[in-house]
Amino acid sequence: MKSIEAKVVVLGSQGVGKTSVVIRYVGGMFSKAVSPTIGASFFTYKMTLDGYRVKLQVWDTAGQERFRSMAPMYYRKANAAMLVYDITSLESFYDIKDWVKELKKNVDTPIVMCLLGNKADLDSGRKVPTEEAAEYAASIEALFFETSALKNTGIEDAFLQVSKQLIKLYETYPNSGLGILSPQQESTDIFSPQTTNVKLPSRTEAERPPQSDGCGC
Amino acid sequence: MAASGEADQPREVEFEQPNISSDSDQGDFNESEAPGKSENAPLLASDSFDDLSYNDLGVNDHQTVHRGTIHAIVRQTSTSSDSRSNTPNNVDHDSLEVSAGEESLEESAESQMQNVSIADKQEAVELAAPPFSSDDEDVNSPEWKNQKKHVFILSESGKPVYSRHGNEDKLVTIMGVMQALVSFVQDSKDSLRSVVAGEHKFVFLVRDHLLLVGVTRGMDSTQQMLLQLMYVYNQVISVLTHSALGKIFKQRRNYDLRRLLTGAEKFFDNLLNLIDTEPGLLLTAVRCLPLDSQVRDVIAQSIVQNAKVKDLVFALIIAKNQLVTLVRMKKYYLHPMDLHLIINLVNASESFKEAESWTPICLPKFDASGFLQAHVSYLDEDCQVCLLLLSVDRDSFFTLSEAKDRIRARLVRYNALSAINSSLRRTSYSTQQCAISDLRHFLYKARSTAQYTSPELEAPYTKPEEQERLFGLYHYLHHRIHTSGRPLKILFHVGQYETLLGWVTQGFELYAVFGPLITKTGAIHAVNRLLRWIKREEDRLFILNSVTF
Repeated sequence: MKSIEAKVVVLGSQGVGKTSVVIRYVGGMFSKAVSPTIGASFFTYKMTLDGYRVKLQVWDTAGQERFRSMAPMYYRKANAAMLVYDITSLESFYDIKDWVKELKKNVDTPIVMCLLGNKADLDSGRKVPTEEAAEYAASIEALFFETSALKNTGIEDAFLQVSKQLIKLYETYPNSGLGILSPQQESTDIFSPQTTNVKLPSRTEAERPPQSDGCGC
Repeated sequence: MAASGEADQPREVEFEQPNISSDSDQGDFNESEAPGKSENAPLLASDSFDDLSYNDLGVNDHQTVHRGTIHAIVRQTSTSSDSRSNTPNNVDHDSLEVSAGEESLEESAESQMQNVSIADKQEAVELAAPPFSSDDEDVNSPEWKNQKKHVFILSESGKPVYSRHGNEDKLVTIMGVMQALVSFVQDSKDSLRSVVAGEHKFVFLVRDHLLLVGVTRGMDSTQQMLLQLMYVYNQVISVLTHSALGKIFKQRRNYDLRRLLTGAEKFFDNLLNLIDTEPGLLLTAVRCLPLDSQVRDVIAQSIVQNAKVKDLVFALIIAKNQLVTLVRMKKYYLHPMDLHLIINLVNASESFKEAESWTPICLPKFDASGFLQAHVSYLDEDCQVCLLLLSVDRDSFFTLSEAKDRIRARLVRYNALSAINSSLRRTSYSTQQCAISDLRHFLYKARSTAQYTSPELEAPYTKPEEQERLFGLYHYLHHRIHTSGRPLKILFHVGQYETLLGWVTQGFELYAVFGPLITKTGAIHAVNRLLRWIKREEDRLFILNSVTF
């Protein structure tokens, strides 16, 4: 079985529910008291799909303005971007356009984009019409879903479709930077594909199995 | 009752021994040994408090121990390995040109910072419009007026940045007054330091681009307030860096900084709460988690052996606001004020408990001009033991994440993690363990290592208001000893409810609280015994060996 490892970055304004979406997907739960993300949090998710073993490395970024300038660090070399807005906030939807511009400008590798209108359970306070968002998504060739982390709707589907797109992307551009490794390699170290190119001489020693360590006492 | 007793305290009878030059009067004190002394401490020995004078504030640039340290580390490591010559952590802070397709992430980051500052004019207009809803102005509410301590941050042009209590929007007028006061005095080539009005003290600190004002009716002295404002200023720097702050205000003098500090308010709130409850910030010293020195060695070695990662500057473990271990890059030390900011970051951020995080942090004393990248993760399921790996390499997340897994595995294998957890459960130690009658509580700071130790708060200091009163006593004692006009070596103070003894030498600072009836000789005997006890326990209470990568 072939394996794909993809870097997924979750972007969007603060308070739109990026962390809630990710935790719903990765952890299968919802908490009302999610505290604002500091910098970025890292999650992994593994699945088997269409004969591929897919591993998603999800970077859940902070929406706060002060981290805006750090974003390139997180979306650099990303294979997919989840662009999250809040259906009850027009402003958060307009912010997506800035994100898209920025991604188009700074990311030169092919990237799967997926627009998520979160908080779909708050339909009474809706400010962003579904059609408008869908139209916009089509214009930037992005997938589009309305989601609710609270009610658990749309999220599973969104990540599934993104993964399918990633597989397609891999099949069209085998050298697109999607980390590929043979299955037996994968079991040794989940992070290895990312780090092989920056391995330092001293690291080989440190990587030896731990029993070679002298006892510190 | 407790609150008024506190105000009465200084009026009680005092005996003091000011700065005696001949040693004859101190014959009872054995000054020879200073427990917790070490030439090789992981922290930078600091006397930030004594160094704090108005003369070196305000005029100069932000003082930082090694300005450009991050730059130096990056340069040094990039020359050592040319394989990655175009590393993105090319920290060039002084260049102002913005080149669009630049490789350097740092530069693109900074260019965005500039875009932000140019972009949002409408935001500023919104704020200029009077935001008060006429009569429910916060300044007039008794609740707001009765707050014990206020801290305000405003920009040079008088724009509100932060207020500890109340909504900044409603405080525009009062902040305007503060700014006017400061600039009025500045106009006559002078600087406004403090104002005392009734039981309130107003303390002003002018730093680059920001004006900080502290108002207290507690026991804090002017100089202590100044130190607290320094902490708050450093917290701003920690979030934004000094260079970014300068750039923002250079471009737009009336920029609304709150925009960039959204979400960081809780760091200020939490820091100010720590200041009011943690003696370490008053002493600019750090408390270590009591641990068997062998266990601590195992922990440090686990980090050294498993985190040999290029560009990793500091690796530390923090548990419940206490330092468990610190491993540092040779030549570089962590300043206790920086460590307090790290502790504050961990303490105030729930989100680190969800997953491994990767976040920028600026340590103002280490290098105020740039960010370090912090890999933050909890090692145990209860999220009490926090590992921080601080690197100058923005791309090292995965390397550090691997290192963390290895460190954790080794800590588990050698039962070090459970040792940390059981030390956390045990609480620190009781005053009774020192076996000194009539000793109620103490703070002991080893000056050469910038670490301090103190027992648990026990009866009669179990209620919050009693703890606050005790803390006020420490502030009083600390202030009397360090007062810049007339510094003391020893102060014996008989108060209404307790007797205080403060003693400062080259090697240590000791502040002890006794029952009210102890005699001077009794207290002197007691502190000598206490020093011997601390000496015996020093391996457990302090980190005496500095470990480097």
